[in-house]
Amino acid sequence: MSSGATGAVVAVRTPVGAATAGRQPRVGVRTLALSRRALILISWIVPFVVVGLWEILARSGVLSAHVLPAPSKVLGTAVGLVRDGKLIGDMGISLLRAATGFAIGGSIGFALGTLVGFSRLAEAFLDRTIQMIRAIPFLAILPLVIVWFGVDEGGKIFLVSLGVMFPIYINTVLGIRQVDPKLVELGRVAGLSDWGVVRHIILPGALPSILAGIRYALAISWLALVVAETIATSSGIGFLAMDAREFLRIDVIVLAIVIYAGVGVLSDAIARALERRLLSWHPNYAGAKR
Amino acid sequence: MSAVDITADAPAVVVSGLRRAYGERVVIDGLDLRIHRGEFVALLGESGCGKTTLLRALAGLDAVDSGQIDGPAQPAVVFQEHRLLPWYSLWRNVALGLDDTAGRAAAQAALSEVGLGDRLEDWPRNLSGGQAQRVALARALVREPRLLLLDEPFAALDALTRIRMHDLVKQLVATHRPGVLLVTHDVDEAIALAHRALVMRDGVIAREYAVSRAANTNRSHPEAVALRDTLLADLGVASGDAHTRARAA
Repeated sequence: MSSGATGAVVAVRTPVGAATAGRQPRVGVRTLALSRRALILISWIVPFVVVGLWEILARSGVLSAHVLPAPSKVLGTAVGLVRDGKLIGDMGISLLRAATGFAIGGSIGFALGTLVGFSRLAEAFLDRTIQMIRAIPFLAILPLVIVWFGVDEGGKIFLVSLGVMFPIYINTVLGIRQVDPKLVELGRVAGLSDWGVVRHIILPGALPSILAGIRYALAISWLALVVAETIATSSGIGFLAMDAREFLRIDVIVLAIVIYAGVGVLSDAIARALERRLLSWHPNYAGAKR
Repeated sequence: MSAVDITADAPAVVVSGLRRAYGERVVIDGLDLRIHRGEFVALLGESGCGKTTLLRALAGLDAVDSGQIDGPAQPAVVFQEHRLLPWYSLWRNVALGLDDTAGRAAAQAALSEVGLGDRLEDWPRNLSGGQAQRVALARALVREPRLLLLDEPFAALDALTRIRMHDLVKQLVATHRPGVLLVTHDVDEAIALAHRALVMRDGVIAREYAVSRAANTNRSHPEAVALRDTLLADLGVASGDAHTRARAA
C-alpha cells in the first residue's frame, strides 16, 4: 500500500529497468525527470495553495463570510476559544469519548475474534449472529441509542464501541485463520506449549491483519463520534459546532470540521507508525515512509 | 567413526511393529527400525510409499494405529521448507521454545556453527534459501536432540548449495551425534551422507545397505557406483543412464 514511492525512485535513472530486476517497471513516464524530494514538495505545496486561494477569495469578498469565512478568521476563532479554555475542554471530552469507546469496542471485538478464530464451536455459536448484527448500518440505530441512554456519555461511547467492534472482530478472525499451519506444526516440533504457540506463532502471524482492523476502526470511531455528538450532546467538539449553528457562527463550525479532520489524520498517522514499528519484519511494511 | 562404534552407542529410537492405515490403504505395515546415536540413516522409497508418514510418526506429528516407538518425546525436525518465523530475528527463531537468556547464548553458538554467527539480529527475509535452511539446522540442533529427523531438507536447494549443505550436515552430525533419519528422493544424497541406506516398500523396510566410508566421500568410487545402481534398481529405475534419472525422480 505504501511501497509505491520507492518504485518510482528506482525507475528514475534506469532506462529499460536494468537495475530494477524483479520489480514492475513504473508507468509514470512524466515523473521520471523529477526527484523524489520534488514529488514530496509538490504534494505539500498543493494543499497550501488551496488554503491560500481560499484566503484570497474570502478576503476579496467573492466568498461571503456567511458561506465560508477566511482561514485566518477561523484561526483567530481557534485562538480565542483556546484562551477561553473552552476549546481544549471540549476537545478533551471528545477524545476521551473516542478513546473509551475504542477501548471497549476494540477489546470486545478482539476477544470475540480470538475466540471464534481458535474455536470452530465458538464460530458456530457466535459468528452468524455477529455477522447479522454487523449488517445493520450502526448509525441507523442512533434513535434507539438516544432512547436507551438519553443524552449522557453512555450512548456516545456505546455507538463508538459498536462501530469499532466489527472491523477488529473480522480482522482478528481472519488474521488467526490465515496463519500458516506449517508454522504451527513447527511450533509443536519445537516443543512449545499451547500458549507458546499462540504467543510466538498465531498472534504475531495475525498481527498485520489485526493492525489493519485497528486502523480502519480508528476512522470509524471518529465517524461515530461526529454523528453522536451532533445529535445529542452538551459538550465536545460536535456540541461546539451545533451550538455555533444556533448563533450562525460559521467560523466555529468550520473550526470544528477542521479539528475533526486534523484528529482523523493524526489517528491514521499513529496507526501507520504502529504498523511500521510492530511489522518491521514484514517486507510490505519495512522501510515504508509514507 | 566406523560401523562398530555406531552399534555400540545407545539407541536414539527403536520402532517395532508400527502400523498406520488411511482408511483401507495400509501405508506402514508392521515396520521395525532401530537407529543409534551418531548414526546417519537415509530412507529412500518411491513417492507415496510412506516415508514421510513414518517420519511424521517419529516426530509425534501424526498418530499411529499400533506398534511402538521407543524414542525421545521431542525429536528435532528439519522440513523441506525452512519454516522460520518471519517476525522473529534469526537468534529468536533458533531459540524458539528456550528461555530468553540461556536461549540467546545457545542460539549464538548454534548460528556460529552453521556460519551465520554474525547475523543474530537479521530477519529471515534477508536470507537465501541455503542460509535459511542452515538456520533451520541450527534451530534443530540447539537442543542437542537425541534424534534428528530430516524431511528432504535439501530438495529445494540448487545443486551447489546442496553439496555445501551436505558437508555442513555431516560435520554437525559428527559433532552432536544425534541419531539421524533422512528422508530423501536423491540416491546420491543418501550415498554421500548415510551410514546406512534403507529402501521402504509395501509399508516395511524392504532393503538395507551399509554405506562404506569410501562411498561416502568419493561418488565415483566403485562401491558408490555399485550401490547407486542397486538402490536405483530397488526403486524401480533401470541402471545405465540411471544417474540422470535419479535426479529427475
